[in-house]
Amino acid sequence: MENHKDHAELAEVFNKDEQRVDWHDETLWWIRQKRDKSVNQIPEWELLRDTASQIKNNVLSNLSSYLRQFETKAEAKGVIVHWAADAAEHNQIVLEILKSNGINKMVKSKSMLTEECHLNEFLEQQGVEVIDSDLGERIVQLAKEPPSHIVLPCIHKKKEEIGELFHKYLGTPAGNADPQFLTETARQHLRETFLTRRAALTGVNFAIAETGEFVVCTNEGNADMGAHLADVHIASMGIEKIIPQRKHLGVFLRLLTRSATGQPITTYSSHFSKPRKDKEIHIIIVDNGRTVQLGREDFRNSLKCIRCGACMNTCPVYRRSGGHSYHNAISGPIGSILAPNLDMEKYADLPFASTLCGSCSNVCPVKIDIHQQLYKWRQVIVKNGYTTKAKTAAMQVMSWTLASPTAYHTAGKAGRLTLKYAPFMVNNKLNPWYKHRDMPEPPKESFGEWYNKNRK
Amino acid sequence: MTVGLFIPCYVDQFYPGAAIACLQLLEKLGVTVVYPKNQTCCGQPMANSGYQHLTGGCNDLFIKNFAEFDYVVAPSGSCVLHLKEHLHDEDNPQKAKELSNKLYEFTSFLTDVLKVKDLPARFPHKVGVHQSCHGQRGLHLSQMSELVAPPFSKPGSLLNMVKDIEIVPLNRIDECCGFGGTFCVAEEAVSSKMGIDRVADHLEHGAEYITGVDMSCLMHMEGILHRQGSKVKVLHIAEILNGE
Amino acid sequence: MTSRDKILTAVMLNQPELTALPTLSFPEEEGINPIEKFITTLTGIGGQVINVSGYDAIKNHISKTTNPNTRLITNITVLDDIAEMLIEHPGSLQDVELAIIKAHFGVAENGAVWVTEDALGGHRVLPFICQHLAVVLSANDIVADMHRAYERIGDDAYGFGTFIAGPSKTADIEQSLVLGAHGARSMTVFLMK
Repeated sequence: MENHKDHAELAEVFNKDEQRVDWHDETLWWIRQKRDKSVNQIPEWELLRDTASQIKNNVLSNLSSYLRQFETKAEAKGVIVHWAADAAEHNQIVLEILKSNGINKMVKSKSMLTEECHLNEFLEQQGVEVIDSDLGERIVQLAKEPPSHIVLPCIHKKKEEIGELFHKYLGTPAGNADPQFLTETARQHLRETFLTRRAALTGVNFAIAETGEFVVCTNEGNADMGAHLADVHIASMGIEKIIPQRKHLGVFLRLLTRSATGQPITTYSSHFSKPRKDKEIHIIIVDNGRTVQLGREDFRNSLKCIRCGACMNTCPVYRRSGGHSYHNAISGPIGSILAPNLDMEKYADLPFASTLCGSCSNVCPVKIDIHQQLYKWRQVIVKNGYTTKAKTAAMQVMSWTLASPTAYHTAGKAGRLTLKYAPFMVNNKLNPWYKHRDMPEPPKESFGEWYNKNRK
Repeated sequence: MTVGLFIPCYVDQFYPGAAIACLQLLEKLGVTVVYPKNQTCCGQPMANSGYQHLTGGCNDLFIKNFAEFDYVVAPSGSCVLHLKEHLHDEDNPQKAKELSNKLYEFTSFLTDVLKVKDLPARFPHKVGVHQSCHGQRGLHLSQMSELVAPPFSKPGSLLNMVKDIEIVPLNRIDECCGFGGTFCVAEEAVSSKMGIDRVADHLEHGAEYITGVDMSCLMHMEGILHRQGSKVKVLHIAEILNGE
Repeated sequence: MTSRDKILTAVMLNQPELTALPTLSFPEEEGINPIEKFITTLTGIGGQVINVSGYDAIKNHISKTTNPNTRLITNITVLDDIAEMLIEHPGSLQDVELAIIKAHFGVAENGAVWVTEDALGGHRVLPFICQHLAVVLSANDIVADMHRAYERIGDDAYGFGTFIAGPSKTADIEQSLVLGAHGARSMTVFLMK
């Protein structure tokens, strides 16, 4: 097995600072509450979810046809469409577009797909400067960290830490942690970037098969500032971002931001159809493992995801372990069902970073059965051998014991006697339960024993 | 009608009081209850750990012990949910399905089958109700805070029949306690933190007792309460409903 | 085999059996005054709404609230006495203090206005690059929700269109809401009755 820390180890480190965990947890819970307040103003909310879910089911079942349709329509409008089988190819295509235009500086707005492809790293190695324009992304870029949340990239950072970063890299006064001031600084600093970059890369929230247009949603306006001032606009999208018809945007745009932050809509929902006169729009359609996931009957529904982040905000484990403990571009519940498809060994820990409480599935605007998929991934991971010999041995003993009433009664009694007469055997550092919890008091008899005496 | 009583393994071994209360209350409500002595476990600890393929023995035992009853009742949302979703018999799938359909979590049996409208119980204390996830979101024992839907609660409706009880409000009405089966030791740090936070919510609102439909959640919270030296106790809901 | 072929083949092989598209069944909410709701919602998200009876009132308001030494730009011809005409100044718009544009319609449920390229004289960056944005909207042109919005858009073949809901904003720094991120710092709708 590869030697890297897993979720449990990283979460343990995260939990060493309890006050910080409380801060992180309360911040994200507050966002969940904003979501609740917002969705409860829509009496037809559950119908919206159901409709979106069915639309996305249709998309997955007719995807090859929709992708062709999208390409044809987009090309007819003068958009250049590329296809990338994997991350490396995606990155290479971006590089070639830039090089063929003599460009070595690019401004980017938020794209989790490019995080997945490690685009920034690749371009930097090739001598291309990339500046992330989303404030949260810019902050983690300066901190040389990946984002910890797909919608709120630096939710794990305190304003004092951000103030320090800006002091170090942007020359703000030391000790200034005022969000208004820091945002204004970023506005000035990035305005220069927008005005001078000839290439801008954005993500794609929705790609409409019917018309060949695509939609980019931001609160900051950074995607638009980049795209409308650049000569070349590159838009990267996963194959699953397709929706069939323009009118379906009515459903998805009502669901997206309410689920994400509790706002009725993002400040800007920009629909790109044609490039500006004498300028270029390139769309890169990326697979990178999605077609494999599409073929997994139990897991293909994870491709319905519209990247709202609601599952992360509601997940009690995510809130108390932070996005970085998932060691993947996309963290939280949705990340845990997408990642094992990409690398089952590396991400074998993620589906177990959950109590299967089911809250995620309830907030998912497209009704992905996230918690059911987490359970099913556990079976697949064990079946493929990505578990430990010790665990398998323990499970086999448990299975044998529990299949035999006699063995079970003996084991149960032994457990109770140990707790009663030799508690030190269990109440010690070797017992993880014991770290923060006392063991239950052993009763004088089991229910079975009581029943034998008092009934029948 | 004859009901087969299924008692989760850890309730049998560590919390017989909860099982006794279940049995006694069902009998008081006029039900003939039988506890098959050769029952063991529903198999969930293995299944949730990825070892569903090792639960055949548990499945067979369960079917063998319970197939004959009119209903099977268990004081556990998570065991019942697990069996409803995963109980199977390769040789006789229909039998497993039928058994699954007549399997009830304890409080839902009282509200949905026995249609209990009042109880002679009295419990003059402040009680925090923990909504165990599998019962709530899996079996729909009560409404889920994430949904835009009318509120309801089967356990809650039964507790409301208890005289002099005071149900305390909570900041987060249905957040998970963090037990999660083997999660409680495999992800100990997060599990304990979740339990500590859950307990803090109840304590903040003055609960003297914490109750719920799943002893596993309560066992986890009790472990934390004891460690903190708290006087707050946990009680399975059956023990409150069965009181006089 | 090109990547395109590879991908499309893989999709074809792996996609599940066809399931039908649902019909959209979202009737307009009854008993709501769209104008009132639009005003409340937009105000709630940091926008400003000023009821006006005509363009004179707009000119009045702008001359009272805008620094005369700053650059105002518009493509609404009747405002040519208070602002530069966009069509005559195709150069850089980076120093625009206030841009005044017309929106096609507004959406009550989220306070957004729909603006297409033609309303921007082809200058897509205008509503983002200006320091402050003013939008002229007819009160009769407010639809209830996004379903009605897309009915209204129909199959219009815009090259670019956008919903703008209030001023640009961010809460990326410890969830503190700051108005004025990279787009306009403020957004005013002149609601014409």
